[in-house]
Amino acid sequence: MTDLTLGRVTADRDRLLRLLQEYGVYLGVVVLFLVNTVFTPHFLSTENFRTQAVQVAPVLIVALGMALAIGSEGVDLAVGSVMALSTSLLSLYLGYGPWIAILIALVGGAVIGVANGSLIAFVGVQPIVATLALMVAGRGLALVLLPQLKDVHDPAMASLGSGDVLGVPYLVLIAAALALLVAFVVRRTTFGRQLLAIGDSRPAARLAGLPVRRVLILVYVCSGVLAAIAGVLATARLTASDPTSLGNLMELSAITAVVVGGTPLSGGRVRIGGTVAGAVLIQLLTTTLIKHDLPPSWTQIAQAVVIVLAVYAARERGKR
Amino acid sequence: MTTDVDTPVSSKTTAEEESPGATRSERLSALAQQHGALVTLVVAMIAASLSFDTFLTGDNLENMALSSAFLAVVALGMTFVIVTGGIDLSVGSLFALGGVLAAWGSQYGTAVALLLPLAVCGLIGLVNGLLIARSRLAPFIVTLAAMLGARGILLSVTDEGSTTYLVDKDSFFAKLGQDTLLGVGVPVWITLALFVLGAVVLRRTRFGQYVYAVGGNEDAAALMGAPVARTKISVYTLSGLCAGLAGALNAAWLVSGVTILGSGMELEAISAVVIGGTLLTGGFGFISGSLVGVLLLKVIQNVINQIGSLDSAYQQVVSGAFLAVVVIAQTWLGRRRRVL
Repeated sequence: MTDLTLGRVTADRDRLLRLLQEYGVYLGVVVLFLVNTVFTPHFLSTENFRTQAVQVAPVLIVALGMALAIGSEGVDLAVGSVMALSTSLLSLYLGYGPWIAILIALVGGAVIGVANGSLIAFVGVQPIVATLALMVAGRGLALVLLPQLKDVHDPAMASLGSGDVLGVPYLVLIAAALALLVAFVVRRTTFGRQLLAIGDSRPAARLAGLPVRRVLILVYVCSGVLAAIAGVLATARLTASDPTSLGNLMELSAITAVVVGGTPLSGGRVRIGGTVAGAVLIQLLTTTLIKHDLPPSWTQIAQAVVIVLAVYAARERGKR
Repeated sequence: MTTDVDTPVSSKTTAEEESPGATRSERLSALAQQHGALVTLVVAMIAASLSFDTFLTGDNLENMALSSAFLAVVALGMTFVIVTGGIDLSVGSLFALGGVLAAWGSQYGTAVALLLPLAVCGLIGLVNGLLIARSRLAPFIVTLAAMLGARGILLSVTDEGSTTYLVDKDSFFAKLGQDTLLGVGVPVWITLALFVLGAVVLRRTRFGQYVYAVGGNEDAAALMGAPVARTKISVYTLSGLCAGLAGALNAAWLVSGVTILGSGMELEAISAVVIGGTLLTGGFGFISGSLVGVLLLKVIQNVINQIGSLDSAYQQVVSGAFLAVVVIAQTWLGRRRRVL
C-alpha cells in the first residue's frame, strides 16, 4: 500500500519534472513577464514592447538557423561573423541599389554556409572546429572589405529598419514569417525529416540511403543565409555597418535561445516554438537586469548560468 | 605500482607502438602527422629570414619568443583537454581574468598576484570539469558558458572595463615578467619548464595514460578501471590553471591587467594544438607538437606583420584558412585511425 502510493508519487513527480523540462521555457517567459509588469516601471507600454520585439528579431532569426544546425547534431559558431560579412557586403554594394546589395549580402552568407557544410560533410571535420575556422576567417574578411564603421544612408534600408504595418515593425513581421517557414520546413518537408534523421544517427541515416552530405551542406547554407538576413536587418535598424562589433557573441545568444527552448544538443529534434520563447526569455532577462540598474556584466553571468541550467535540464530529458 | 608495466591501458601514441606491421604509406602519414608541423616551421623560418632582413634579429626573435610563451602555456593545458577528446573555449576569458586579478593582487605581494588568478581560474576550470564529467554536459557548451561568465566576472571586477589595474614596476612580480636570464626572458624559461613537466606528466605517468585512454575510448577506459570522471575533471582544472597563469605572467610583462585581451585566444590555442598533430577526436597527441604549433602560428603572424601592407584583418583570414587547411590535412592523414 505504502509502496504503491510512493510509486504513484514518484511517477507524478517524474511527470511534473518532464512537463517542466518540456514547457519550462514558456513558464520562464510568463514569470519574467509578470515580474517585470509588477516591478519595472513603464514595462507595460506599446513603445516598450516594440523596442523589445525589434531587439529580439535578429537574435531569433540567427537562432532559427542555429536550431537547424543543432538538430543535425552540429553547431554553427560562424553566425556572428556572417552577420558582420553581410553588413560589409551590404555597404559595399549599396551603390547598385538596396535590393541588389541585400541579395549579394545573402549570397555571401550562403557561400560561408557552403564552406562550413563542405568541411563538415565532405572532409568530416567536427562542426565546432569547421565553423570556428570560418568564424575567424569570416570576421577577418568582413574587416578586409570594410575596415571601419560606415553610415548607411538609403531610404529603402531606413524604412526596412524602422517601418511598420499596423504598428508591427517590419523586423518583427519578417522574424515571425521566418520562424513559421522554418517550423514548416522542419515538420512538413522531406528535407526537415532527413535533417532530423541525420541528427538522430548519422551512420543510420547513411545506411538508410539518405543524401547525408547534401542535407548537411543545405543545413549550413540555411544557417548562413538566416544569419545574413539578421545582419541586413540589424544594419537597417542601426542605419550603419559596423563589421567590428556587429554579431559579436551572437553565436552564444543563438545557442542559448535554442538550448533553453528545449532543442537537445544531441540532435534529432528541433523545437522552433521553444526557440522563439528562448530568444524572448533571454531578451526579457537582459531587460530585467538592465532596467534595475544592474551592470551589463551581470547579464553575461546570468546568461551563462541560464545556459548551464537549460543544458542540465535537457540532460535529464535525454535519458528517457 | 607506479611503473608503466602494470598500467592497465596502453597509450598507443606512436606509429611503432601502434602497429609494427603498418604499411609504408601508413607509417609515412603517421610521420607527417608527428613532424609535419616541425618541418613546416623550419621551412617557414628559413623562408622568412631569407625574405626579411628584420626577421632574424635579436629584438624580433625575443619579441616572438615572449608573445609565444603566454599562448604556449594556454596551449599546454588545452593539449590535455583535447587529448581526452574535449575542448575548452573558456581559456581566452580566463587568460584576461587571470591578468586582471594578478594586476589587482600585485599590490599585496607576488604570492597574491600569482595565487589569486590560479585559485579563481582553477576553480572555474574545476566547475567546467565537474559539469562535463559528473553531469555529462557537452564540453563546448559548458566552456562556452564559462567563457561568457568569466568575461562577466572580469567586467564586474574592473567596473565594466573602465578600471585598469597597474603593477608596480619595481615589484618582484613585475620582474618575473620583464627580467631576462642568459638573455632570454623569464616567462620563456617558465614556459619551457612547464612544457618539460607537461610532457613528462602526459607520457610517463599513470595520469597521462588515463588521459590518452579516456580520449581513445571512454567506455573501454572505464571498463579497464581508469577513473574517467576524475581524469576529465583534472584536465579542465589544469586548463583553467594554465590560462590563469599565462594571464598572470602576461600582466607581469605588460605591468598592467588589460581587460580586452584574450578574445579569440581559444581559437589560437586550439589551432596550435591541432597543428602540432594532436587529434581533435582525442586519444592521440603530443605536448612538444603544441609548442611547435604555437611557434608556427607566431612566425606566420610575424611574417604577415613584416609584409606590413597586410593588416590584422588579413591575419584573421589567414589564421582561419590555415586552421581549415591543417584540419583537412589531418583528417586525410588520420582517416585510417577513425573508427567510423
